[in-house]
Amino acid sequence: MSFINYSSREINCKIVYYGPGLCGKTTNLKYIFGNTAPDAKGKMISLATETDRTLFFDFLPLSLGEIQGFRTRFHLYTVPGQVFYNASRKLILKGVDGVVFVADSQIDRMEANIESLDNLRENLADQGYDLDRIPYVVQYNKRDLPEIAPVEELRPLLNPGGVPEFEGEATNGRGVFATLKAIAKLVFMELKRSRGT
Amino acid sequence: MAGADTVIFEEEFAKINAVCDRLRGEANALVVFIVDKNGQLISASGETEHLDTTSLASLTAGNVAATGGIAKLLKEKEFATQFHEGEKANIHIQIVGQRVILVVIFDTRSSLGLVRLRVRKASEELNKVFDSLVEKAKKPGAMSVLEEITDEDIENLFNE
Repeated sequence: MSFINYSSREINCKIVYYGPGLCGKTTNLKYIFGNTAPDAKGKMISLATETDRTLFFDFLPLSLGEIQGFRTRFHLYTVPGQVFYNASRKLILKGVDGVVFVADSQIDRMEANIESLDNLRENLADQGYDLDRIPYVVQYNKRDLPEIAPVEELRPLLNPGGVPEFEGEATNGRGVFATLKAIAKLVFMELKRSRGT
Repeated sequence: MAGADTVIFEEEFAKINAVCDRLRGEANALVVFIVDKNGQLISASGETEHLDTTSLASLTAGNVAATGGIAKLLKEKEFATQFHEGEKANIHIQIVGQRVILVVIFDTRSSLGLVRLRVRKASEELNKVFDSLVEKAKKPGAMSVLEEITDEDIENLFNE
């Protein structure tokens, strides 16, 4: 649910990074934060446990430039990946404009990926969204690790709908901005489409 | 997409800002701000130069969402008011008309009773403004900026 202010000439959108525990959602945000010009970003907030696991959410406000004389600002959020934090995950999906699903490419995390994707679909439905209709991209993260599944194997399970997908290595930044750009584009296309004449 | 987009037009923006300014004065508060339930800052009044209002907005909305989650578990519709007391600053959080959040930060120069009283009055005024906004946003052409976005605009965002 975007927020448009005609007075301050701003368009604000909300993007949520979703995925199983330890798949690299926070790492994606940290990389974006570390590689964006200071005037284009706000503070990054992490509500994490003592062991650095996301407890409620991470938050990063980001400016992308102007469209039709309006400043565009994206609020990036992550959800806690651990299964038992589902109540928090649901809350963070409220008012979302676009979703990035960060999958963990390691073979032994396949079940966790599928479980998280099912949970995403369910939680979106609870908020009145349909995963097949909202702006949505997939990132196969951790491609730099050994013991990973080939993308050809991941795709039918995690991206049967054929949305834009990217290989990622969030720790060194590969694929991070490509993923962000893709979801930002889809969000604007959807805004235009939903209001188009 | 679920829910409607939030749109603020100049006329209503000025009215909202005026309510915030007046509330800050009448409640003797340091800062007053309004956030939508998704964490977007709508208006801020007062000594905000040293405050990270964007983060405050997002965390307040998160807080309200979490409290709303607790309310649901207790079969309550919502907990419309929250108050946090600090050593120097206090924060009063009020859900207005189930759609926006009115936040008042104040110190010892004010009191919870006064803030509550003034917030109640301001909430009524804000409700009227947001009602008219909802009506206005429904009219055709209200979101013209979105209709005018071109594919080129979107491409250009990433070519800088």
